[in-house]
Amino acid sequence: MTAPFSRGFRGRPRSAAASGRLPPGQYETREFPVLSAGPTPRVALGAWDFTLRGPAGTTMRWTWDEFQALPHEPVTADIHCVTKWSKLGTVWEGVSLDTLLAESAVRGLAPAPYVLAGCDGGYTTNLPLADVTGGKAWVVVSYGGEPLAPEHGGPARLLVPHLYFWKSAKWIRRLHFQERDQPGFWESHGYHNYGDPWREQRYAGDE
Amino acid sequence: MTAAAATPRPAAQRVAWRTAVVADIVPETPRARTLVLDLPGWPGHRAGQHVDVRLTAEDGYQAQRSYSIASAPEEARLALTVERLDDGEVSPYLTDELRVGDRLELRGPIGGYFVWHVAIGGPLLLVGGGSGIAPLMAMLRHRATAPGTAPTGAQRHIPARLLYSSRSWDEVIYRDELARLVADDPALEVAVTLTREQPEWWTGFRRRIDRMMLAEVAWPPAERPHVFVCGPTLLVEAVATALVALGHDPARVKTERFGPTGGAA
Amino acid sequence: MDEALRLDGNVAAGILSELFVPDLTAARATCAGCGATRPVGALLVYAHGMGTVVRCPDCDAVVLCLTRTATHVWLDPTGVTRIVMAAPAPPA
Repeated sequence: MTAPFSRGFRGRPRSAAASGRLPPGQYETREFPVLSAGPTPRVALGAWDFTLRGPAGTTMRWTWDEFQALPHEPVTADIHCVTKWSKLGTVWEGVSLDTLLAESAVRGLAPAPYVLAGCDGGYTTNLPLADVTGGKAWVVVSYGGEPLAPEHGGPARLLVPHLYFWKSAKWIRRLHFQERDQPGFWESHGYHNYGDPWREQRYAGDE
Repeated sequence: MTAAAATPRPAAQRVAWRTAVVADIVPETPRARTLVLDLPGWPGHRAGQHVDVRLTAEDGYQAQRSYSIASAPEEARLALTVERLDDGEVSPYLTDELRVGDRLELRGPIGGYFVWHVAIGGPLLLVGGGSGIAPLMAMLRHRATAPGTAPTGAQRHIPARLLYSSRSWDEVIYRDELARLVADDPALEVAVTLTREQPEWWTGFRRRIDRMMLAEVAWPPAERPHVFVCGPTLLVEAVATALVALGHDPARVKTERFGPTGGAA
Repeated sequence: MDEALRLDGNVAAGILSELFVPDLTAARATCAGCGATRPVGALLVYAHGMGTVVRCPDCDAVVLCLTRTATHVWLDPTGVTRIVMAAPAPPA
């Protein structure tokens, strides 16, 4: 049974599908709402580190200064939240996962087919290795030309814009490469394991 | 609580979406309106409970927000007081566009924790900011309508105090009604603090609620008041923290945070 | 400031009412993380657009997580060891 419609209610300004840049079921927003599932983690840059861990336990770790010394690149991307809002042309800066993997290959770290991202505050999300390589993923430290604010995931977050934005994990601290796929937080609570906005894979069971 | 004082709880019922009809729209302040709703079959509510309101645009887009019920359980019609947030998605529709005769989809009553009824007794301390006054007003209206009972059977209003924080005199919701309630009832005291601007004749508080103000207005912890705090999250947390620091039992301080803007947007 | 986004357990009452007929916010829940027991209404809710995350004010652990998909409501109760609710009033 459809809900009765509310005379005169328009809701937030939204354009759907106009530009072809919007995946099905999405609306464009100019805002950048803060979605919070818990207290904002706050970590001093002196205490921050970022770790890659291979399936055999080999690790590669960067302190903040070491991370900032890696080659950074600008990224402009459309981002799509599963709550139906898309923000086009967002501008970030950070280090490509390809760079991080290349640096750690030198140390003998070989990745595995699945990745589990771990974050301050306990958030996790999972991705196939193929979705974080080949220029598809970054660890970003700035948004809109400014250092990434804590409420938006600062000091560093994952950015994987071709998937729904819950995969772009805030407060990222580690990526574990694993032989088996392990669902992360939202993936364990009804959301789709992969999350392709172009196939509208919002919830578990969506094709 | 004696058996005589016990008020039976409303029977539990599955909460379902219903369609209310707007019977009246009452301007309260330049930015706040009370929506008075006809809702046949309404199961009744407790003061402090809320409803979820769901709006549907012609293209099927939906937005949903929660609003505290401002009317007493004893009233025939349901009242919701909405304060317009300028960049809100839902509140400007409810305060500016909605007309008498329009339908409004809602479900409720919801929430059994942040509730007060006379059988719980007092003293009753209510602390509110902005539109957080709405559920507290339901409690005061219920208290005025349902006389407190005492073991002696004498009808006597339960001692109650309201501390209300508003930005300016113009934005004090239910101003006249609060004045009437106080005039009629020696057991009710109301203190208002105006935080941004004050009329020149103002002799009341002129700052955000703080520990010192609460120490002045609240009962001593030994009186074990039932406390309800409602409004913007930061105000609620500051007040709850201060009350506990003053020695009030945390289990007796109930909070309803409205979020960053202080009301459903 | 994100602290301003914190809400109370009340906020979960709506989605909980889709799963339980009696109101759960007055029921007392024991946190699996630290053992603290308090009414569900006194827990902290972070109303993320993707779900309702109910946390323990003492240890921040997730006590309940509720999500709504197109076809289902999911309740993850692994953060709570016990919920105790007063029996409803007998019918008149």
